[in-house]
Amino acid sequence: MTATPVAAKPRAIASGAQQKLLAFASLIALLVFFSLASPNFLQTANILAILQATSVNGVLAIAATLVIITGGIDLSVGTLMTFTAVIAGVVLTFWGLPMPLGVIAAIAAGTACGFISGSLVARMKIPPFIATLGMMLILKGLSLVISGTKPIYFNDTPSFPLISTGSLIGSIFPAVPVPNGVLILFLLALAISWMLNRTTLGRYCFALGSNEEAVRLSGVNADGWKVAIYALAGGICGIAGLLIASRLNSAQPALGQGYELDAIAAVVIGGTSLAGGRGSILGTIIGALIMGVLLNGLRIMSVAQEWQTVVTGAIIIFAVYADMLRRRRAG
Amino acid sequence: MTEVIRMSAIEKHFPGVHALRNAQFDLKAGEVHALMGENGAGKSTLMKILAGIYSADSGSVQVNGSEVRINGPRAAQDLGIGIIHQELALMPDLTVAQNIFIGREPRNRWGVLDEAQLNRDAEAIFAAMKVPLDPTAEVRRLTIAKQQMVEIAKALSFRSRILIMDEPTAALNETETEELFAIIRRLKSEGVAIVYISHKMNEIRRISDRVTIMRDGAYVGTVTAEDTPIETIISMMVGRELEQTSIAIPDLGDAPVALEVRGLSAGRMVRDVSFTLRRGEILGFAGLMGAGRTEVARVIFGADPREGGEILVHGSARTIRNPRDAVGAGIGYLSEDRKQFGLALGIDVRGNIALTSLDRFSDRFLRVNEAGLAKVATSYIASLAIRTPSDQQEVRLLSGGNQQKVVIAKWLLRDCDILIFDEPTRGIDVGAKAEIYRLLQSLAEAGKAIIVISSELPEVLRLSHRIAVMCEGRLTGILPGGPATSQHEIMRLATRRDHAAEGASA
Ligand SMILES: Nc1ncnc2c1ncn2[C@@H]1O[C@H](COP(=O)(O)OP(=O)(O)OP(=O)(O)O)[C@@H](O)[C@H]1O
Ligand SMILES: [Mg+2]
Repeated sequence: MTATPVAAKPRAIASGAQQKLLAFASLIALLVFFSLASPNFLQTANILAILQATSVNGVLAIAATLVIITGGIDLSVGTLMTFTAVIAGVVLTFWGLPMPLGVIAAIAAGTACGFISGSLVARMKIPPFIATLGMMLILKGLSLVISGTKPIYFNDTPSFPLISTGSLIGSIFPAVPVPNGVLILFLLALAISWMLNRTTLGRYCFALGSNEEAVRLSGVNADGWKVAIYALAGGICGIAGLLIASRLNSAQPALGQGYELDAIAAVVIGGTSLAGGRGSILGTIIGALIMGVLLNGLRIMSVAQEWQTVVTGAIIIFAVYADMLRRRRAG
Repeated sequence: MTEVIRMSAIEKHFPGVHALRNAQFDLKAGEVHALMGENGAGKSTLMKILAGIYSADSGSVQVNGSEVRINGPRAAQDLGIGIIHQELALMPDLTVAQNIFIGREPRNRWGVLDEAQLNRDAEAIFAAMKVPLDPTAEVRRLTIAKQQMVEIAKALSFRSRILIMDEPTAALNETETEELFAIIRRLKSEGVAIVYISHKMNEIRRISDRVTIMRDGAYVGTVTAEDTPIETIISMMVGRELEQTSIAIPDLGDAPVALEVRGLSAGRMVRDVSFTLRRGEILGFAGLMGAGRTEVARVIFGADPREGGEILVHGSARTIRNPRDAVGAGIGYLSEDRKQFGLALGIDVRGNIALTSLDRFSDRFLRVNEAGLAKVATSYIASLAIRTPSDQQEVRLLSGGNQQKVVIAKWLLRDCDILIFDEPTRGIDVGAKAEIYRLLQSLAEAGKAIIVISSELPEVLRLSHRIAVMCEGRLTGILPGGPATSQHEIMRLATRRDHAAEGASA
């Protein structure tokens, strides 16, 4: 037999690092472009606005990254986020319980739903696309049913909006009033990134996406770990639910559908492979920032909303194509 | 020697297949026990039962004298049973060390993965195996041979006392096979019991102590390797005597040239390769691993870009940019890696055979003539002796060797003038090998031009009318086929590095 050319060629830079570099370079390019195009772009207030707007999509994208690395897909992240927001509304507004209980309830509900999706995929062998599509619709319906199709306001819990809009950092360093939502996104990113690289759960996440059969043949409880990853992703959607509810000071039951696609787009732009087995949280965060910067910049340049959508779509296709080209050239 | 394994009266059914009928097997500490049989005889299935991957319908398994139930890979590992699968079961995106210890990662006292320890542990295993491999290398970047070493290291890391190797040398060249044998001997001297599955007859004699032969899922017998002639083993496998056919080399002096390659170049692996291939001729390609034989085939077939040189088909220059152009020019290529390039595993046998010829079996409304396809598929299943319950069985459920036969059927049906076979008999049993040799010869007699790439010198010598030898991307010589040429002469050309050295310094 003969050596496959791929195996023979050593690479200077690991492909994962290259991928992130590419995404990072695009982010810088966008920043430079928009700051030249509009003087308002680089204002502190605007940068904070971008970060704030990115926080929800960023958190959802982290959840989506986990599932995508296992070789699956989660279409329910958007409506699950809404569902958990509604649960928080029920606990805090309908039942009038203290805020920590609302927070716990939202995250627990997210974890439980993720557990269900994961069980459908891992134990009942329903393809992830179908299982999470079903969950997406079920959760959308349940949110409307539970809330009585009306928004639930958090007027009885005055500190609730602070979860997202308050600024812990700003209270210590008034010069940099980074909103808590952004702080939460970055802390979460660090935690999950650490989890992926340093814990067994993370290791199995990559292993499952790389060759599930091999994991099973190694005697690992592949199904159990997969369920755990979906459950964790669900819990993270609960955090996103809290962020968006606190930013709007209400749980909007009709919201949510469409967020999953933005999240998946951020993941893909960040260089995580939809085929599973490879990906990174850093890439996803850069991907989410690229989308945030793009939308904000286009708005500042007063590009019409309709065209913003068109550009976003084009950017996603371009980002993935550029990544494929690079990969093909690399070998 | 103490008996470590005794399997008896094992029965196993798959939908439509009676895979094991009253099968039996026993294994002693410190022996290498070869398990032989034709493709689909049930060798892998029997061993998967021992490794806890399948469960038997009935029968008994004893490990170290006590009756056990092995209900999963974990249970097998705990009993000290390790298996190296026929199709490598690695996670390409993970590193070598991460693959070896998947499921048993060392953790520090906070429960956090201890990557340094992981790499040290892997290092220790490789040191014991005397194999230099970087534990932090990503598995997808390793050659198949190295990946095989990772599988072995993984099996050893369980401190396995029983090691099952399912066709470990199918993708290894001779040097790598030697390395593997050295490891096997070392393990054997440490008292490890080894089950060795292979279709390569010469290996069996060299490495094994006893041989158990299976046929059609049933036990045929166990013999000692030392004093049983190969012919006896073969006839036990196939249930009849095989006659050795030697090749008659036809005089093709004035047969028209079907394929001419002039100064073909592509990267480091194909440098200035020129040869001609006549109608009715079988041209063997010999060389060591990495000699560039597959690369030449892929460039001719348009699967890799050509950087220089010309390809003439039936005397006229053709631009071949992709495999479609090649098939259009009447060139067929049977790739060495059937899993990756040759088969649609989820589709049935019929669909795979038809894959390259669907246009011939559909009308102008693109309706497929299923009845016609079924007839053709069934006839190939019969003529190549493909073991499958029907032409509608998914290909992934066939045994390894039978999958290979499906790929061959696919290209035979396409009816190309020029056929390139890359390692056509890898993983194929002796009976079917003879069948495939006969087939290639009759194709040549029918006027087809054939290239056979093979790493097995006896095969090249037995099949080829002429033998092209490559070394490091260059064609170092073309020898006549048949008894006039010795293995020694081929090896001399296959290691002639002088040109290559020149090229490297330039
Ligand atoms: N999961 C499965 N489902 C259905 N049939 C199967 C399955 N696994 C194996 N078989 C069938 O069982 C029979 C024995 O297969 P097995 O893989 O044990 O053969 P083998 O002796 O290892 O052959 P080879 O030398 O080609 O690897 C074959 O007919 C095969 O098609
Ligand atoms: Mg087998």
